[in-house]
Amino acid sequence: MDLNQLQLPAITPNMVIIGLLGMIAVVTAIGVVAFNNPIRSMLSLVANFFTLAFIYFSMGADMMGITQIVVYTGAIMVLFLFVIMLLNLSTDSLVATKKFDIKPLLALPVGLGVFALILSQILMPFKDVVKTSAPDATATAVGWGSPQAIGRTLFTGYVWPFEVISLLLMVGIVGAILLARRRVEV
Amino acid sequence: MANDFTPILILVGLAAIICGAMVTLSWVLGPKKVTPYKSSPYECGVTPSGSARERFPIKFYLVAMLFILFDIEVVFLWSWLTVFVDPKMGSAAADLNFQVFSFVAIMVYMLLWIIGDWYVLKIDAINWDEEAALDAAKLGTVLEPLAEGDAA
Amino acid sequence: MKDIGQGIEWLSVNQPMTLAAIRVLLMVLPILVIVPGLIWYERRLLSWMQDRVGPNRTGTITLKNGKKIRTFGLLQPIADGVKLFFKEDITPATVDRVLYFISPAIALFPAFAVAGTLPWGPGYGTYGHLTPVWGSEIGVLYMLAISSLGVYGVVLSGYASNNKYSLMGGLRGAAQLISYELAMAMSLASIILVSGSLKLTEVVKAQEGQLWGVVPGIQNWFIFTPFGFLSAVIFLICMVAETNRAPFDLPEAENEIIAGYHTEFSSMKFAVFFMGEYAMMFIFGGIFGVVFLGGYNMLPIQWAELAANAPGYSFLHFMRDLNYWMAPLTFLGKCAAGMTFYIWLRATLPRLRYDQLMALGWKFLLPAAVANFIVSASWIMAQKLWGWQGAVGASIGAVLIAIGLYSAIRKAMNKGTTAMEKRSVELSEGTETIPSIRAVELV
Repeated sequence: MDLNQLQLPAITPNMVIIGLLGMIAVVTAIGVVAFNNPIRSMLSLVANFFTLAFIYFSMGADMMGITQIVVYTGAIMVLFLFVIMLLNLSTDSLVATKKFDIKPLLALPVGLGVFALILSQILMPFKDVVKTSAPDATATAVGWGSPQAIGRTLFTGYVWPFEVISLLLMVGIVGAILLARRRVEV
Repeated sequence: MANDFTPILILVGLAAIICGAMVTLSWVLGPKKVTPYKSSPYECGVTPSGSARERFPIKFYLVAMLFILFDIEVVFLWSWLTVFVDPKMGSAAADLNFQVFSFVAIMVYMLLWIIGDWYVLKIDAINWDEEAALDAAKLGTVLEPLAEGDAA
Repeated sequence: MKDIGQGIEWLSVNQPMTLAAIRVLLMVLPILVIVPGLIWYERRLLSWMQDRVGPNRTGTITLKNGKKIRTFGLLQPIADGVKLFFKEDITPATVDRVLYFISPAIALFPAFAVAGTLPWGPGYGTYGHLTPVWGSEIGVLYMLAISSLGVYGVVLSGYASNNKYSLMGGLRGAAQLISYELAMAMSLASIILVSGSLKLTEVVKAQEGQLWGVVPGIQNWFIFTPFGFLSAVIFLICMVAETNRAPFDLPEAENEIIAGYHTEFSSMKFAVFFMGEYAMMFIFGGIFGVVFLGGYNMLPIQWAELAANAPGYSFLHFMRDLNYWMAPLTFLGKCAAGMTFYIWLRATLPRLRYDQLMALGWKFLLPAAVANFIVSASWIMAQKLWGWQGAVGASIGAVLIAIGLYSAIRKAMNKGTTAMEKRSVELSEGTETIPSIRAVELV
């Protein structure tokens, strides 16, 4: 890769928007791990998912973004909220004890390893990049992230995964009910 | 301009600002005269007893769980709904081929949905009646010893 | 009129950001202005239905010569608003302060953001630049997604208040909202299937065709079609449940749990919940109008198609142009009709019991919406393959299968409900001692 050939992209309004959204996403993501109160962490995560959806919108992936809001923000986080309220952890029980614990020491290399793995995956596509350009919702052809495009792709190449998902969801329904059942004395 | 999403960002931002302003203004403008009686939780005038942070029935959790699963099933339908009538596959023959194929796929999908839904209704998972809901007999009598912490 | 059109045209080319801001303001400002009016409207209409007078004094100005300028109490909500802003904002000692502060804002947020893809005018000409705010391919989904965020406002305010009644209201509200959201999404499925797009302007366009594809001159509003009518009924019920309104106002059932999730809130924080509720009701009226009642079209008559064949500038041409220029007012009229329906329901129906509410959502509305979807999909498929005779045969078959499946489900569910009915009969007759209520011993 010749660094001299690398052209820096011109700053477009869309880049600024993505930058701002990215900053909000990072701040809320830090909030998720930094808050002591689990409900506040959860709210940060909701805000994070919401911002993430807007990052998808900015790239023209409308269906992807709205699925993010419908499934994660609208459904899964509600369950998280219920679970947190169900367990009702008080803040005191979450404060770390002074006792020596091996877990934090182990967590550091594992965390760094995962970080390196993700970073390598992010950097891989940039290996042979000569000219960079910002994703632009107006420039990318209308409709590559539209529900129509996804529908056509889903039912031409991915029908088996689609049916398997339906089976998986059915098993999930049965599993959820069995988890919530009443325990009976023998 | 067909896919320009900036207006929606402005709308969401403006909505957030208005909502924030509403609650902040009421907090700033009103007088503040705190008395112990005023700041106690309202329980119909009776002295409050205990904390409200209690455990609540598992049914709410079950409803949320089932909602997620059915909601994801619906999400997979949306993209099909937009292409079924007019798939735009190139030719009329290809269109019809796609329609029949995807229709059969969706019907299998819906069959599995119905089986799941039927199971939910059969064992009364969404029944608020303590006597009937999730009856052990209907679940195939899952008998197992109570764990140590469980209430008997 | 022409100058405004040209000005907007110029803005769309040269100043897209300004135009975007104008679009947003055209959506948000009417909501802010109309909501106080809606509260007055509900109070007056409800009073009228209950043989009372309602607020009719505020804003009446008596001049020196004894003449009176009447506003029929229209300024009452403004006076209420001013009062609420300057009331003491009590924060109870035991609440979670941060959540308590932001949860009313979270409850209000969807009301302002939900209308982002709702068109209040035709998607072409001058209106095309002004509405909807976001002309995305996923209009319907956006609306469903944002209205689902209403759960957070309810459940967080219930949790933050640290009050048993609030918590109960919040939990009830959350379970209710998510249950009815499912049926709501499913009820729209067959509509989207026919219109072939999630874009709301396309949904309206699909309704401008001929009725059932055969009757000339009449628009094919989805409420006139069989599948659309069933969808409309399901959507209407879910819409009432989604906004926590009577008869589905269990989260704020005052005879059981004081005021539900907003028991602990005072001053403007309390009013913010109502503001969100009323704005949401108004917008849901608009969504119903767009999806089922032909959107911004005044009457289900194809003026444009009829006028195309008529010579000169006749009555048909005039009506076509009137239909076009009156589009925003027609849309507002449909929103107001939805609002009136809400108030009518509140004045008429008693509140449901919680188990009835959940049974209605999960055991009736959801299966009915799924059956409706399967039948309309089968109809379209059969029509493609064998023409309309085949379609009739296939949909009769599909209806029979749907009824069979539904009755099987009914049979399974009836075992559950009878137990409660039996118990209540036993209790009322006093034939046996009151059975001890089993404690909730669940894991």
